[in-house]
Amino acid sequence: MSEIVVNAVSKSWGGVGGVDRISFKAEAGTLLVLLGPSGCGKSTTLRLIAGLEEVDSGTITIGGRDVTHLSPAERRISMVFQSYALFPHLNVAENIIFGLKVRRVGRAEREARLKKVADIVGLSHLLERKPSQLSGGQRQRVALGRAIIAEAPVCLMDEPLSNLDAKLRHEMRTEIRSLQQRLGMTMVYVTHDQTEAMTMADRVILMRDGHIEQNGAPHELYNEPASDFTARFIGTPPMNIIGWRDGSLLGVRPEHISLVERDGVSARVKAVEYLGADSIILCDTDGGTVCVRQTGYCSLPAGAQVELGWQNCHIHLFDKDSGKRRTGGVSPH
Amino acid sequence: MVAAVMSDAAPSAAKRRTWTTSINAWLLLLPAIVLLATFTHYPILATLYHSFFSLGRSGPAEFIGLDNYRYMLDDDVFRQVLRNNFIFAIATVPTSIALALLMAVWVDKKIVGRSFLRLAFFTPTVLPMIAVANIWLFFYTPDYGLLDQFLRFLGFAGHNWLGDPATVMSCLAVMVVWKEAGFFMIFYLAALQTIPPELKEAASVEGASRWYFFRRVTLPLLMPTTLFISINALINSFKLVDQLVIMTKGGPNNASSLLLYYIYEVAFNFWDTTYAATLTVTLITILAAVALTKFVYLDRRIHYQ
Ligand SMILES: Nc1ncnc2c1ncn2[C@@H]1O[C@H](COP(=O)(O)OP(=O)(O)OP(=O)(O)O)[C@@H](O)[C@H]1O
Ligand SMILES: [Mg+2]
Repeated sequence: MSEIVVNAVSKSWGGVGGVDRISFKAEAGTLLVLLGPSGCGKSTTLRLIAGLEEVDSGTITIGGRDVTHLSPAERRISMVFQSYALFPHLNVAENIIFGLKVRRVGRAEREARLKKVADIVGLSHLLERKPSQLSGGQRQRVALGRAIIAEAPVCLMDEPLSNLDAKLRHEMRTEIRSLQQRLGMTMVYVTHDQTEAMTMADRVILMRDGHIEQNGAPHELYNEPASDFTARFIGTPPMNIIGWRDGSLLGVRPEHISLVERDGVSARVKAVEYLGADSIILCDTDGGTVCVRQTGYCSLPAGAQVELGWQNCHIHLFDKDSGKRRTGGVSPH
Repeated sequence: MVAAVMSDAAPSAAKRRTWTTSINAWLLLLPAIVLLATFTHYPILATLYHSFFSLGRSGPAEFIGLDNYRYMLDDDVFRQVLRNNFIFAIATVPTSIALALLMAVWVDKKIVGRSFLRLAFFTPTVLPMIAVANIWLFFYTPDYGLLDQFLRFLGFAGHNWLGDPATVMSCLAVMVVWKEAGFFMIFYLAALQTIPPELKEAASVEGASRWYFFRRVTLPLLMPTTLFISINALINSFKLVDQLVIMTKGGPNNASSLLLYYIYEVAFNFWDTTYAATLTVTLITILAAVALTKFVYLDRRIHYQ
């Protein structure tokens, strides 16, 4: 099958940007998400796998075949570009079947596959339109259609849903995931939306400044963040990180903090965000601002004095300087 | 209270404002209108008017209806120059466009000495036609011209390139292509640089060869430019006659004469101004037809982003 192995790959432009000696593996038939803030090297990694950028050093194999120096076409992949890259003079249908035409797929099969894909991405009624006559989200779906119609064993997607509204994004997310599983595609999916990452991924790679911060299953990133960066990135709202004794940082998730009667950390309510199913209480403490998640509606007024408490099993400790997770010897209070 | 007063005053104030706006607009347009009217529209109408009159060398000019046009259709020289002009257009327009595209695609690549190449291709454009004609006159001169010297070096006999009706048009066409192609290349180059590089990447992921991409993506996206260039080239092939003054004077035996050069001869060598007016109206009609084709027909059929 076609697993992707990236081995110690570096790429920079005159020493700046790009990625630095990254290694990871996407198992065949799984969905790997590259997650990270803007400019951390997600697109670069994807383009290196696609062969649109030359590696400076390192190797890339797809399905056991060394593709490091092969052209994009020889790598047998399909791709959704961050900027869509639609052909402006071709209509939606022609854009979607562009690759099939290149590969001389017969007309009947082309039509059949187009119909199926147009249904999936919800563009059946717009097939005659030119890209300039489409909304941003519709263009994005054309790009998506062009990638999935190829039925390539490896599919690379660069933020394919960034321009869709919440409802459509949720639908497409489910659609892409089920398609990927049904066709057994190996998919590398770039996003900076952690909800997308957590819900779709078999494995998430969190990147930062051109290197891999953490590589693991979604629950691993959530439950055992390897650094305070991961802790601050994953979760809505993310983990609370406050300065603690002996040069360490203490992290605890909002849902693991509760308001207690006494013997807690004293804090002052700054604001309450009501989300429906639960409320987020923002509190000021000595160590910084802390978010507390409480189920249901919370009626605390701003300025109220509260005590915060949590259980020892729920805390994470990080080194202040390196940001790395500290294991063992947890001594709270 | 204030609102009531304002709503009362509103219609007349609004009207006054529209008025002032139109006056302002017309005042701003005035200089351009005056210049265009004096030097373009009036002369065209005057030309049209004169083309319906006799010359009046002896006595006053008389209205003679379409006689001038009838004469024109029987004029062998007119037919020849018109034919020459069409041959000239067919020879120069597609060639210079193809060459321009080729050069543009070439210098659009990331190659060493790209700026130098671009400059080299563009240089003929900045030279005045008169200078170009003089340079090429030296190439084509019998016996000691560059071309003949070169041929003699290879062991061939010399040839009077511009003096032979069989070769004169080709010689002029080659020169005009050389001069024009660089100019058109700039337009193609500009257009090529507006094509996003991701399109090429998307096509290469799909396995499209460079030729396929060129044919199916680049060329269609360059269509508006091609149209613009071909209209310009076509108009130029009727407009540009400086080289004839320097190189052939339309000869030998009108073999290289073009419509505009013939008009010049009729008007300023033979002083037959009304016949020149007739020819001019014909030329303007041809050019207007070309321009109209662009605006009315082709613009609708070609993809614009
Ligand atoms: N062609 C290039 N030339 C120079 N620097 C580049 C180039 N492409 C990317 N970079 C740099 O490499 C770094 C990573 O860029 P990349 O496009 O991979 O970010 P990203 O993670 O995809 O960000 P985003 O979420 O904003 O798309 C950035 O600092 C960027 O400035
Ligand atoms: Mg990106």
